[in-house]
Amino acid sequence: MEAAAAEPGNLAGVRHIILVLSGKGGVGKSTISTELALALRHAGKKVGILDVDLCGPSIPRMLRAQGRAVHQCDSGWVPVFVDQEQSISLMSVGFLLESPDEAVVWRGPKKNGSRLVQGLHAGRADAAWALQVTCAAEAGALIKQFVSDVAWGQLDYLVVDTPPGTSDEHMATVEALRPYSPLGALVVTTPQVVSVGDVRRELTFCRKTGLQVVGVVENMSGFVCPHCAECTNVFSRGGGEELARLAGVPFLGSVPLDPELTRSLEEGRDFIRDFPNSPAFPALSSIAQKVLSQAPARLS
Amino acid sequence: MEEVPQGCPGTGSAQAGRGASCQGCPNQRLCASGAGAAPDPAIEEIKEKMKTVKHKILVLSGKGGVGKSTFSAHLAHGLAEDENTQVHQSGSGWSPVFVEDNLGVMSVGFLLSSPDDAVIWRGPKKNGMIKQFLRDVDWGEVDYLIVDTPPGTSDEHLSAVQYLSAAHIDGAVIITTPQEVSLQDVRKEINFCHKVKLPVIGVVENMSVFICPQCKKESQIFPPTTGGAEVMCQDLKIPLLGKVPLDPHIGKSCDKGQSFLTDAPDSPATLAYRSIIKRIQEFCGHHPPKEEHLIGS
Repeated sequence: MEAAAAEPGNLAGVRHIILVLSGKGGVGKSTISTELALALRHAGKKVGILDVDLCGPSIPRMLRAQGRAVHQCDSGWVPVFVDQEQSISLMSVGFLLESPDEAVVWRGPKKNGSRLVQGLHAGRADAAWALQVTCAAEAGALIKQFVSDVAWGQLDYLVVDTPPGTSDEHMATVEALRPYSPLGALVVTTPQVVSVGDVRRELTFCRKTGLQVVGVVENMSGFVCPHCAECTNVFSRGGGEELARLAGVPFLGSVPLDPELTRSLEEGRDFIRDFPNSPAFPALSSIAQKVLSQAPARLS
Repeated sequence: MEEVPQGCPGTGSAQAGRGASCQGCPNQRLCASGAGAAPDPAIEEIKEKMKTVKHKILVLSGKGGVGKSTFSAHLAHGLAEDENTQVHQSGSGWSPVFVEDNLGVMSVGFLLSSPDDAVIWRGPKKNGMIKQFLRDVDWGEVDYLIVDTPPGTSDEHLSAVQYLSAAHIDGAVIITTPQEVSLQDVRKEINFCHKVKLPVIGVVENMSVFICPQCKKESQIFPPTTGGAEVMCQDLKIPLLGKVPLDPHIGKSCDKGQSFLTDAPDSPATLAYRSIIKRIQEFCGHHPPKEEHLIGS
């Protein structure tokens, strides 16, 4: 086990690390990760996003960065800038997947003699299949290297988007980030009992791994009909606050269902910049403000 | 571009994972575990156990939160409404939990003592659990076994398919929501099905359209920016089994642990479910297993 002090490495220049977790799939982890990053950027911060969802990497599309080429430097992978001002950088497994029918799927930079997944045996030409098989066997090892092999440089915030659940990938991510004292985890749920039921277990995971919970975000919290303004609780109500109360952690807010937000993510638009009057905007801004106020001054 | 390790003995070889050239190959552990070698004896045991189960359906999606579990539960409820669907308990083994006379459930949820218990398991332990569920649960004579899966394409999916490989799975039902963010994961899942030779019964587009309970007008909360499941199914030549609209009652019924089909029999969502279930039954009826007759059929 490493000593508590972080060794110099690719994460040494990152001031605050936030993980976005949920026990439940499809509650909006990638959405919240993306919007939080955009909001922090608009607050003048330099932000990175690390997408470690090996099976379903969604972030490139959400920032209109699909198919971008990834380069290497001496320290490792160079993250992709998603904006002209170069204030948001992104690294996603999705970038490494974009190889068509090749015998060698993808490779990582060599570092101290170790290598990221090198490829599959001749005959397995399909990139997606190769990753699926690799997921099963090597997710933990893959993530460990992925987390430490990206040359982030100086960042105010690194937002880490995760897949649903509590498995190899989560353990590996927390272990790899532990030496850098993450700020904590944002835990996402939807209002209904079925989601809260799963996310409670995620909170246990946080407790067991010593990961502080920055707060609970309730997503998909009601829908205001654009025709008649009636608000319907499509996915029940109250779960987020209940969960925060049960676990004794802050409740950061409820984000309503907003087709404009969904569409923005589909098209890779900057929702925070382009849709300040949309229903989800106030909640998302408020969540970002709360995250900003939680970050203690860090000695470099 | 680098090549595979020079002198790679091949995944099926006896030397797989054990050769000198295997050192440092990230697949070494997988090969050394014998994944490419002799089949697990549990596979034959499961084949025997599954002889009393007429139809096996996997509910899959690449994407999380699209409604796999919701759909699995309601597919099971819908099938169980036919009183002729029978389940008998015979002999030893784990008993499923019966929620109705003819509807039994097995889940890791039953094995956890607290609602806060987290299952923080690595791959091999998860695979072991799935093997136990398939081999050691005494389902008795069952018309349909519905297997609900987690999102993604990983250990659980590979295990389920591997352990059932001798037992004939009728097919997979794939769930998606209309937007591209979901479809892009679902295409991977369909690819997975093709790779493991799992027949795809069809795709269900969930959360299709929202009908306001007040003004009855339609809204698209999850817009099908790339044509939704319909276009994807056309492209991939896979049947679209149906589209289920967003009905707030579905969530409420699930929260209470009740069948939405009984709670809201006239909802457009219920009608959509019933039509989809019928198509699945037809598929299972028209594609009987090719091997020997099943016991009890």
